[in-house]
Amino acid sequence: MAEKDVIIGLEVHVQLNKLNSKLFCGCSTKYHDAPPNTHTCPVCLGLPGTLPVLNRRAVEYAIRVALALHCDIQGETLFYRKNYYYPDLPKAFQITQYDFPVGLGGKILIKGEDGEEKTIRITRVHMEEDPGRLVHAGTIDRAKYSMVDYNRCGMSLLEVVTEPDLRSPKEARSFLDKLRNILEYLDVFDGDLEGAMRIDSNISLVGGERAEVKNISSHKGVEKALAYEITRQRSARRRGVAQVQETRHYDELRGITVSIRTKEEAHDYRYFPEPDLVPMRIADWVPKVEAELPELPDAKRERFVADYAIADDHAKSLTSEIRVANFYEDVAKRATPRLAAVWIADVLKGELNYRDVTIDRFRVDDMVEILDMIEKGTITEKGAVEVIRTILDHLGDPSEVDPAGVVEAKGLARAEDDAVKEAVRAAVKECSQAVADYRAGNEKAINFIVGMVMKKTRGRADPGEANRLVKEELDRTGST
Amino acid sequence: MIAMLRELKERLAAGASAEEMVSSLFDKIKRSDLNAYTILSEDLALEEAREFDLAPCSGLLAGIPIAIKSSISTRGIETNCSSRILSGYIPPYDAHVIERLKEEGAIIIGKTNMDEFAMGTSTETSFFGPTRNPWKTDRVPGGSSGGSAAAVAAGEAPCALGSDTGGSIRCPASFCGIVGLKPTYGLVSRYGLVSYANSLEQIGPLALNVEDAAMVLDVIAGRDLRDSTSLNSEGGYMAGLEGGVDGLVCGVPKEYFGDGVDPEVETLVWDAISKLEELGASWKEVSLPHTKYALAAYYIIAMSEASSNLARFDGLRYGLRLGADQDWHTTFSEIRAAGLGPEVKRRILLGTYALSAGYYGRYYLKALKVRTLIKEDFERALSAGGADVLVTPTMPFPAFKIGERIEDPLSLYMADVFTVPINLAGVPAISLSCGFARGLPVGLQIIGRHFDEKLVLRTAKAYEDATPYHETVPKEVV
Amino acid sequence: MITGEDVDHIGWLASIKVAEDEKEGFLALFNSVLDYFHQLDELDTEDVEPTYRVVDLTNVFREDVAVESLSQEESLRNAPRRENGYFKSPRIV
Repeated sequence: MAEKDVIIGLEVHVQLNKLNSKLFCGCSTKYHDAPPNTHTCPVCLGLPGTLPVLNRRAVEYAIRVALALHCDIQGETLFYRKNYYYPDLPKAFQITQYDFPVGLGGKILIKGEDGEEKTIRITRVHMEEDPGRLVHAGTIDRAKYSMVDYNRCGMSLLEVVTEPDLRSPKEARSFLDKLRNILEYLDVFDGDLEGAMRIDSNISLVGGERAEVKNISSHKGVEKALAYEITRQRSARRRGVAQVQETRHYDELRGITVSIRTKEEAHDYRYFPEPDLVPMRIADWVPKVEAELPELPDAKRERFVADYAIADDHAKSLTSEIRVANFYEDVAKRATPRLAAVWIADVLKGELNYRDVTIDRFRVDDMVEILDMIEKGTITEKGAVEVIRTILDHLGDPSEVDPAGVVEAKGLARAEDDAVKEAVRAAVKECSQAVADYRAGNEKAINFIVGMVMKKTRGRADPGEANRLVKEELDRTGST
Repeated sequence: MIAMLRELKERLAAGASAEEMVSSLFDKIKRSDLNAYTILSEDLALEEAREFDLAPCSGLLAGIPIAIKSSISTRGIETNCSSRILSGYIPPYDAHVIERLKEEGAIIIGKTNMDEFAMGTSTETSFFGPTRNPWKTDRVPGGSSGGSAAAVAAGEAPCALGSDTGGSIRCPASFCGIVGLKPTYGLVSRYGLVSYANSLEQIGPLALNVEDAAMVLDVIAGRDLRDSTSLNSEGGYMAGLEGGVDGLVCGVPKEYFGDGVDPEVETLVWDAISKLEELGASWKEVSLPHTKYALAAYYIIAMSEASSNLARFDGLRYGLRLGADQDWHTTFSEIRAAGLGPEVKRRILLGTYALSAGYYGRYYLKALKVRTLIKEDFERALSAGGADVLVTPTMPFPAFKIGERIEDPLSLYMADVFTVPINLAGVPAISLSCGFARGLPVGLQIIGRHFDEKLVLRTAKAYEDATPYHETVPKEVV
Repeated sequence: MITGEDVDHIGWLASIKVAEDEKEGFLALFNSVLDYFHQLDELDTEDVEPTYRVVDLTNVFREDVAVESLSQEESLRNAPRRENGYFKSPRIV
C-alpha cells in the first residue's frame, strides 16, 4: 500500500562486471569462482608506490548508463579520494567521484502504487572502485577475527542515487527491477553474478529522522527490509520513541534490521581530487554513445505492441528481460507473433520461473516447432504445455530432446477427429446418470462426460473440442 | 672509484671486471661509518656483475653499479622507506625507473638511507639512524635523499637515484657537494615511488658530475603508461651538453638573497654568477614576489597529501604487526603509533587537520591557490623576454651538525625555503657544487622552464667545466 | 587553536593512537606550525584558481584488456598474518 507518510531514497551500487578488467588496473573481472586473492595486482592491492590508470571503457559504460537514465553529462568530470579506514579498503581511501560526477539529474519511470506512471528522479550517477570482501568466522559482531579477499577490490562500480521519491517498499522494488532491466539492456552488467548490485536504502516517516539500511544485495531483500523498517519506525513513534539518524544492517535470516553502533557522525571523509589521476573531458563522447544506445525497455515495449500487434501486458512481460525480448523476436520471425507472445509470456516464462531457470535453457527452434504444431492442430494446447515441461525437466544432454521426439515418445499427438467422435458417442451412451443430470438442468454434469471422453482418448483429445462435441451429441440425442 | 660513468664504461669495455668493481664497492661500504645504506643487495648484484663479465650487454649503463633510495620499489629487495612500519617489506614489482635501469644494464647494489617516508631535510628522522656527511662526519648529509648523496660523494656508489618533494635531491646534493637534478614534474614516472606528496615529487639522479646526471636522466625519463601523470620526454639529455652559455640570460631572484642566507653562501653564489658572465652569459635581477609564502603552501599541500598517502600502512597486507590483535581500529591505531616516527606522525596529523571538514577551505584549498601564484611567478620570470634560467643558492647555509636542528621541526622546515617553490611550480632544477664555506660544500641551484632540462644541464655543464669543485673529494673518505 | 580534543579526533580519523604524554608536545608544535600557515591569510586569493596538478593532461586511459594477476602466494607474500589464502584481519567489532 502506498503510504502518505513514508519517504524512501536508494543508493544503488552497480558492478560493471561485463568489463574485461578492473577500473584502475588490468586484473581480470572474472573472479567470482576463483580462490581468494588470485585476481590481485600491486595496484588493486594498494601496494606502496602503485598508481591508478583509468579504464576507458568503464567511462563509456558510465556515460551509457547516465544517458539511458536521462542525466546531464558533465563536460569535465574527475575523481576524488574518500578517506576512511576499514580492513576491506587497502589504500584507506576509495577513489570515487564527489563534485563533477559523470551524470546529474536524471529519471526512471515506474508504475506507482496507484497504477499510474510515476517519475523517480535520479540525483546523480558516478563512478567509483569496489573495496575487497570480508569473510567472518561466524557473525560479524562475534567473530574473533575476519579474513579479507581482495579479488573484488578495484572492480568498477557505478553509484546511482535517487531523490527520496519512493513511497513504499513495493515502489522501491519496482524501481530496482526497472533499473536492473535497463542496465542489462545496456549490456554493462550481468545481474545474476554475485555482488552485481548492492543497495543502500534510506527510509523515514514524514517528520522523522531517517535510518540507513546498508548493503543489501537482492531486490526482494530491500523490499522486506523496508517493510520491516516501516513497521518498526511506526511502532516506535506510537510509543513516543523518536527515530535518530542511524545506520542499520539487514539480517536476512531473521528478516529484521539491527542497528550498527558506529561513530558515523564523527566520519569526515576529507574529499580532495585524486592527484594521481587527471580530469576527463567527455562532452564530445556523448553524441557517439547516445547514437549507439540500444533500444531501451520502454521503447521496445511500444514497438512490440505496434509491430507485432500484441497486447501491452504481453509486451511488458516480454520486455522485462532483454534475453526474453530477444528470444521472442527470434521466434516471432518464424511463427505467428501473437501466438508466440501468449506462449512465451504466459506459458514459458511461468514454467521457467517455477523451475528457477533462465530462458537460456530453451531453444528458439523448439519454440518455433511447438507453435507450428499448435497451429496445425498436431497437438493440443495441453499437449504443448507437456512438451515444454518435458524439455525443461530433461536431465541429460539438451540435444537429446526435441518437440517432435517428445510428442512421439509420450503419445501426445492430438487425437484424430473420428476417434474423438467415437469416444464422445460412447461416453454419452455410458454416462447415463450424468446425461440425465445434464438434461435435468445441471450444466456441470457435462464435465463428467467430457472427462470420460478424455479418458477414452487417453488425454489426447482437445478438451474444448470434446466439450463442444459432447454438447452436440447430447443435443442430437436429446429427444430420446 | 671516483670517476665519471663514461670512464667506468670505458674501463669495463677494456676488460675490467664488473665483479671486482662491485665487490670492492661492497668492501668500502661495509668499512664505512657513514650509514648511507640500509639494505645491501650483495648476492644479486654480484651475480649480475658476474653475468656481465661473462657476456657484456650493451646499454647506456651496462655494468654500472647504482644505489637506489629506500622509497623506490625494487622487486625482491627490501623497500622500507627507512621506517619501522615497512621493515621487511619486499615488493613483488619493480618501479618503472628500476625497469629502465635494468634494461640499460645497470646493477643495483642496495637501498640508501633517507628521512622516514621522505619527510625531512637531514636524514635524521630515519628509523635506522642518521647518515653522516662524508665531508665532516658530525654533520648531516641533507635530506631526505641523504643516503644516496653521501654514498655518491664518498665513492660508495658511482651514481644514485633519489626523490625530490621539497628539495630532497637538491638539498643533499648541495650539502654533499655533488650534482642532483629534480626533473620537471611528469618527466619521470612515479610508478613504484612510495608516495609522500604525489602532486609535488619526482625521482631524479644524484651523481658526481653533470654528464653522469644527464646519462641517468636519459635512462629514466619518459612516458610510462602506468603513471597517468607522466609525459613523453624528448630525450637526448647528453647531447648538447657542451653548448655553452653564450647569450644566456640568467635571472637572479632578489628574494633568494639577503636575510637568513649565510654570507659565505651568498658570496659563493655571486661568484658563480660572475663566472657565468665570464663564460658569455648575462644576468638580471628578477622577482618572485610570493616566495615567502611558498613554505607554508608547500607544507600544507605536502602534509595533506601525505596524510592520505600514508594511510595504507595498517599492518594488514604488509609491514609491522604487533602482538595479539584487538578490534581492527584499535589494532591499526596501535601499529601506526608504534611503527611511524614522530615527524611522520606529526605531518599525518596536521595534514588530516588541514583536509578536515571546516578547515579544507582555509588550509588545503588556500594553499592550492597560493601555489597558482607561485607558479605564475616562475612563468613570468622565465617568460620569453625575461630570463632563460634562474640562478640561486640551493640551501641558505651549508650542512649543520647532526642533532642541531632536529628538536625544532619548524626551524628545519625553514631550511627548505629555496627548494620548495620549485616543486610547487613543477619546474626542473639542478644543484651542483659552487665552492666551500668553512670546509663544507655549497650548492648552486639552476632552475629552468618546464621540460627545459637540456638548457639547465647545459648551463650547469658550462659552469662545471670552468670550475674545480666537482673534482674535489672528501678527505675523510679517500 | 588546536585543542586536545581536536588531537583525539584527528588521531581517530588518522588511525594513530596518540599517547597522553605525546599530546602536549604535539599541541605546542601544531599550534606554532598552524600559526605559521596563517601567513597565507595575508594574500587575497578570491579570484585565483587552485592548482591541483602542475601537469597539463586530460583523458589518460588504459584499454579494457585483462592481464595476468599476481599469484595468491605473491599477493600474500608480505602478509604478517594469513589463513587459507586470505589476509587475516583483526576482528570487526
